[in-house]
Amino acid sequence: MSDFLMPKLGADMSAGTLVAWHKKPGDKVRRGDIMAEVDTDKGVIDIEAFSDGIVESLLVDPGTSVPVGMPLARLSAETGPSPPTPTSPSVPATPIAKLTPVPRASVPSAATASPVDLSRLRISPSARQRARELGVDPRTVQGMGRGGAITREDIEQAAASRTTVTESTTSPAMPSSVKPAETVDRNLRMRQAIAAAMSRANREIPHYYLSTTIDMKAALDWLAKQNEQRSVTDRLLYGVLLLKATAVALHVVPELNAFWQDDRLVVQSSIHLGVAVAMRSGGLIAPALHDADRKSLSDLMREFRDLVARVRAGGLRSSELSDPTITVTSLGEQGAEAVYGVIYPPQVALVGFGKVVERPCLADRNLVDRPVVTATLAGDHRATDGHRGSIFLAAVDRLLQEPEKL
Amino acid sequence: MSEPEIRETVLRVLGEIAPEADLTLLNPQARLRDQLDIDSMDFLNFIIGLHKELHVEIPERDYARLATLAGCVDYVATAIRSNSTA
Repeated sequence: MSDFLMPKLGADMSAGTLVAWHKKPGDKVRRGDIMAEVDTDKGVIDIEAFSDGIVESLLVDPGTSVPVGMPLARLSAETGPSPPTPTSPSVPATPIAKLTPVPRASVPSAATASPVDLSRLRISPSARQRARELGVDPRTVQGMGRGGAITREDIEQAAASRTTVTESTTSPAMPSSVKPAETVDRNLRMRQAIAAAMSRANREIPHYYLSTTIDMKAALDWLAKQNEQRSVTDRLLYGVLLLKATAVALHVVPELNAFWQDDRLVVQSSIHLGVAVAMRSGGLIAPALHDADRKSLSDLMREFRDLVARVRAGGLRSSELSDPTITVTSLGEQGAEAVYGVIYPPQVALVGFGKVVERPCLADRNLVDRPVVTATLAGDHRATDGHRGSIFLAAVDRLLQEPEKL
Repeated sequence: MSEPEIRETVLRVLGEIAPEADLTLLNPQARLRDQLDIDSMDFLNFIIGLHKELHVEIPERDYARLATLAGCVDYVATAIRSNSTA
């Protein structure tokens, strides 16, 4: 038996409001199936199942605000209905939704303790210690570490968001749910979430910045030829070349594709590019293009288009928000010439591309006009230094000179 | 297809790309990108939308001719005319 918990969809999320269930008790679910829709400051997100199983019970009614890490549903193993165990009756039969919401970090009482056993929690000793210091109940914290382990940062984030959660969930007039999501100003909430994540980033991450100018002639010439042969629905944008080059260059300097957790660098084996997409209503989201280094340009373009469409129209999936390993921001044709980004914790790097501009360049001692793009790297100095960062930007440059190999 | 019909279709496709914009305020002679918050992905989706709705092939080298509303209507009208005479 396992609990299906409210996931933490990024460093800035503390709670979400259940909008609708996609499964009912008795339904079989596979890992990755959409279980529910949850309203967050990033819009309504499709939440995926973390494991296979059969839905045993739904613990929360639509309209309920649930802190990150609290159970939403109970799944049983797939071999059939789980046999009655002596512990089942002690599990509160009342759905969480009926309980009076309490600040997530309060001292656990019988009514609020989640069924997660403290001793089974994946939590590092230093995070456990920090939790005690800050008075945070680790059972209410969703781990962002490897395999869902709870890190010091998760605990600190939980403590920092405590005040907000208290305000948004304890309303005497409406004990079982917060105000309907529609009435909450989403722009304001998104601004607050960005503010929280970026303030934490600037407080904790010693950023360093590098920038280099990349000649885009080879890439753009190759792209124009490609697009001549492609039907309109299969055409590539140069932004996809930048994404692929970034992903492949991370093989050269893998320590940029990593998380900073528990005071050490944890390099990630998969390359999931968080692609910053501006929202029409203001704000931005950086959902993941999974395994971008291993995909063809056509596949990457298709997925990128799909991702942008879902940022705008809804339907982002929880995995796309929770697992980017590095962020790429590309300002596009209307943008400025260079962007120096703020790293999204626990990531350790952010790659930025300005707009492509025509500039005079020297080629074989002749002055020529060339399309160029300024590529920047914001790096976490705890994790890497400028030397390794420079090697990374040089690799991006080199890859873009041979676009046919991307 | 008449020009007002083409214009209406172009505006409908634009409306799907930029749902927040009041398209009645568009200056037909000014660049769409200067009046609407659209990036290269939006513009590509706009071209794909025109292709699907009006069955015109729009090669990338012609994108510049679709920079304004007037340019779009003109381009599509010409393309449809040459389709029907071909």
